[in-house]
Amino acid sequence: MQFFIEVLIGGLLSGVMYALVALGFVLIYKASGVFNFAQGAMVFFAALSFVGFQEVLPARFGLEAGSAAVFWLSFLLAFATMVVLGIATERIVLRPLVNQPPITLFMATIGLTYVVEGLAQMTWGANVRGLELGIMDEPIAWLMDDYGIGVSKFDLFAAGVAASLVALLALLFQYTKVGRALRAVADDHQAALSIGIPLQTIWRVVWAVAGFVALVAGMIWGARNGVQFALTFTALKALPVLILGGFTSVPGAIVGGLIIGASEKLAEVYVGPLVGGGIEGWFPYMLALAFLLVRPEGLFGERHIDRV
Amino acid sequence: MLYREAGQFRTSYAEDGRIFPIRQDRIGFALLLLVFGVAVPLLANEYWLKAILTPVLIFSLAAIGLNILTGYAGQLSLGSAAFMAVGAFAAYNFILRVDGMPFLLALALAGLAAALVGVLFGLPSLRIKGFYLAVATLAAQFFIVWVLVKFPWFSNYSSSGVVTAQEVVILGYAFVSPEARYVLTFAVVAVLALAAKNLVRSATGRAWMAVRDMDVAAQVIGFRLMRTKLLAFAVSSFYCGVAGALYAYTYIGTVEPEGFNLDLSFKILFMIIIGGVGSIMGSFLGAAFIVLLPILLDNLVPALFGNALGAGFVSNLQLMIFGGLIIFFLIVEPHGLARLWQIAKEKLRLWPFPH
Repeated sequence: MQFFIEVLIGGLLSGVMYALVALGFVLIYKASGVFNFAQGAMVFFAALSFVGFQEVLPARFGLEAGSAAVFWLSFLLAFATMVVLGIATERIVLRPLVNQPPITLFMATIGLTYVVEGLAQMTWGANVRGLELGIMDEPIAWLMDDYGIGVSKFDLFAAGVAASLVALLALLFQYTKVGRALRAVADDHQAALSIGIPLQTIWRVVWAVAGFVALVAGMIWGARNGVQFALTFTALKALPVLILGGFTSVPGAIVGGLIIGASEKLAEVYVGPLVGGGIEGWFPYMLALAFLLVRPEGLFGERHIDRV
Repeated sequence: MLYREAGQFRTSYAEDGRIFPIRQDRIGFALLLLVFGVAVPLLANEYWLKAILTPVLIFSLAAIGLNILTGYAGQLSLGSAAFMAVGAFAAYNFILRVDGMPFLLALALAGLAAALVGVLFGLPSLRIKGFYLAVATLAAQFFIVWVLVKFPWFSNYSSSGVVTAQEVVILGYAFVSPEARYVLTFAVVAVLALAAKNLVRSATGRAWMAVRDMDVAAQVIGFRLMRTKLLAFAVSSFYCGVAGALYAYTYIGTVEPEGFNLDLSFKILFMIIIGGVGSIMGSFLGAAFIVLLPILLDNLVPALFGNALGAGFVSNLQLMIFGGLIIFFLIVEPHGLARLWQIAKEKLRLWPFPH
């Protein structure tokens, strides 16, 4: 039982990390109807920029390596980089493709993935780098001692970050003018345009926010596994989360992440040995697929009504 | 331009329904077949046959497969490489385990095996569509590759999972030289491409297009969605399966399941987008473009910037140029190269006297 709980908690917490990536997808899909495949590359680029700035700042400007100033300055610079990338994407890729079918936009973001991946490695090099957030990846002592359940401090921290990020986004959506405009655009592009909401500004904001989410996700994933090219594959892991939760729902991304994370770990531990292991790679997709057969719009997605 | 269709009257339905209603087009197409079927294998050097022309043909076949599913029936798929893997490994096992299995029969059976798997993974398309379906096809991609890796029976217990394709023998003739392999590939691809062209012009193809344009409306006017969609999955997977078998037998010779990864699926998707969604011709153009572009960049980038930049820089630059070109193409001509070809043809028909 202890083992079960340990696996379950570990899975739930890693699910939170998937949810972080899925969140970036949902934001952009909601606001612009673009299925942004480049989100994974953006996570990679953001994390690499952050680590890169952390190296460059002490070396070039004589700041003390590892200090709080360097950390936050790097964070701000990486965020600025992502904002610039988002605005450039809106201007160069999305604006000329307005009114094209969704598959064209999807393909364009795959092209964008290559560009961002190339750019990231060209600017910062392809070496695997460590990322230090100052939180150890070790079990919480009292839980371990009293109940014998190992829960990583780091995972808990990641969950906390994800929760606060979602809360922040919810506040942004609910209580600010930009947030209201965002929701209007998500509801109906044309109606939003007709009442004077500047669509392009909104898109820029969304891409910037998605860049921010990518940065946070990248930092957490990077601290976990090192900042390396494999980060781009986190995007693929986020896809079953998305279809489970529904493309258009922020809470869906979180709940989907939790379900995928937990069931993936449980399946690997309990079902995996029966068929020879390694099922983590496809199990989330199969789960999502089976789920879709029952609820085609995902858990929280908008019900799609077909009209002739 | 060079020819007009003036004076060529279509006096029967059979004439009206031809693929090439204009006589000059028919002659041109026959010439094209002769050039690529006879002249090229005689004249081209080994590098071109082996590394460029054969893969272009094979990828064209896979692209036709995906185009049938995505371009004609409107079901976005990201799992075409997995169906190629099914074809490749099915052909390998048929030839390995059945004594005296003729190669062409094995090729057809490989296609059928892929079609069966395709129908299985096409079942969700009855409930879900669009990006949800695209992600569902990713399940096929990962699951099939995993099965092929995990169960060593498929690779005949080869310790590394890599299988070496047996020698291709048809009627006692062994296809060993690059020329022979190219001709075999060309023959199979030409026959299947022609079949595909006719299929999409038939009632079946029209049903696919009706489903693509609006499946509810198609259902209302009496198309059976289940049959139409599953048939699209079956035919598409058949083409991908045959392409996969050819890939193993006439192109690279040794295959492993991991070679048929998501990257390959994306590549095939790029081919149909760049070539033209919903166009058989576009599948060929797109495949040629995607195969040739990296080779061109390989030669061009070092020539332009010198070798001083380092291999890592050059490969990243290539990655960026590749991605950039895809975006550029989508912006400039979202209907792909096939559309450009069509426009050029219409312009040239009237040139140089447009009025």
